[in-house]
Amino acid sequence: MNKRSLWVSFVVLLGLTSYFWSNSFRPAYAMHIMEGFLPLGWAVFWWGITIPFISVGIRSITKKLKENPELKSMLGLSGAFAFVLSALKIPSVTGSSSHPTGVGLGTILFGPTAMSVLGTIVLLFQSLLLAHGGITTLGANAFSMAVVGPLLAYGIFKFGRKMNLSLAVAVFLAAMLGDLGTYLVTSVQLALAFPAEVGGFAASFVKFASIFGFTQVPLAISEGLLTVIVMNLLQKYNMEELKQLLSIKEAS
Amino acid sequence: MKNGVLFLIVILLAIIPLIFLNDAEFGGADGQAEEVISEVAPNYEPWFHAIWEPPSGEIESLLFSLQAALGAMIIGYCLGYGKARKKYSSSKQ
Repeated sequence: MNKRSLWVSFVVLLGLTSYFWSNSFRPAYAMHIMEGFLPLGWAVFWWGITIPFISVGIRSITKKLKENPELKSMLGLSGAFAFVLSALKIPSVTGSSSHPTGVGLGTILFGPTAMSVLGTIVLLFQSLLLAHGGITTLGANAFSMAVVGPLLAYGIFKFGRKMNLSLAVAVFLAAMLGDLGTYLVTSVQLALAFPAEVGGFAASFVKFASIFGFTQVPLAISEGLLTVIVMNLLQKYNMEELKQLLSIKEAS
Repeated sequence: MKNGVLFLIVILLAIIPLIFLNDAEFGGADGQAEEVISEVAPNYEPWFHAIWEPPSGEIESLLFSLQAALGAMIIGYCLGYGKARKKYSSSKQ
C-alpha cells in the first residue's frame, strides 16, 4: 500500500514537472480568438447567442444549490477542473501548443448550462489578467468553449450511457469530443469572419481547422483521460454527492 | 492503479512531441491563426486591444501557475474531504 502511494506520488510529481517544464518553453498563448480579432458585428452576434445560455445556467445553478447546499463543493470542483486544465498549455504533434478546456467534468455533473457560466468565468479571468482571448471576443469564445463544448459533451455522455457504454468510456468520449468540438467551432467562427477570397468560407475553415484541429487531437485525448481520472476518484471518495447529482438530473 | 496508467498516458502524450519534434517551436496555435488572418484579410486591423497585458513572460507564467495552483487546491480539498469523510464515517459503524 505504501509502496503504491509512493509510486503514485512519483508519477504525479513527474507529470506536474513535465507540464510546467513544457510550459516554460515559450511565452504562453491561449487557443481562443484574440482581442479585437473579430469584426464588431460578429463580436456582438456571438455575445447575443451566448447570453441566454449563461442566464439559463445561472438559474439552474441557483436552483440546484438551493435544493442541495452541500453540492457547493462539487460545483467548486467542476469550476476548478476547468480552471486548471485551461492553464495547462501542452505541446502537441503539430509542433505547436494548445490547452484543453476542462468543461466535460462539470457538464456531466451539473449539466451543460451550468458549465456555460463556469466556462465564461474562466475565460473572463484569462482575458482580463492574461490577455488571452479578449473582452470583445469573449462572447464568441464562450460560445465555443462554454456553450457548444458542454452541449456536445452532454449529448455524447447521455447517448453513450444509453448505448450501455461503461461510465469511464462514456466520460472519456464526452470530454474528448466536447474538447474537439470547441476548437472546430472556433475555426468556424474565424472562417465566417474571414472567408478566403478564393474558396470563401470553406477554404478558410480548412485552414483554421487544420491549425486548431490537428493540434487539439492529442490534447483532447489527454483531457478525456484526466476527466476519467477525476471521475474515478469521485466514485471512490465522493459517491454521496455523485449519487445526488445523478438523481437530480434523472428527476428533472 | 488504473488511474496511474491513465496518468502515464497523459504524460507520454505531452512528452512524445517534445522528443520527436526537435526543431519545432511549440508556439501557440492562436498565433498561427493570426498569421492566416493576415493572409486572408491583409487589411484587417484589430480594432480593440487588451486592456491590460502581463508586462513580461515571467509575470504571465506567475499568473498561469497561480491559476493552476488555485484550481488544484480546490480539487484536492474536495477529494480529501470526501476521503476523510468516508474513512471516519465507516469506522463509526
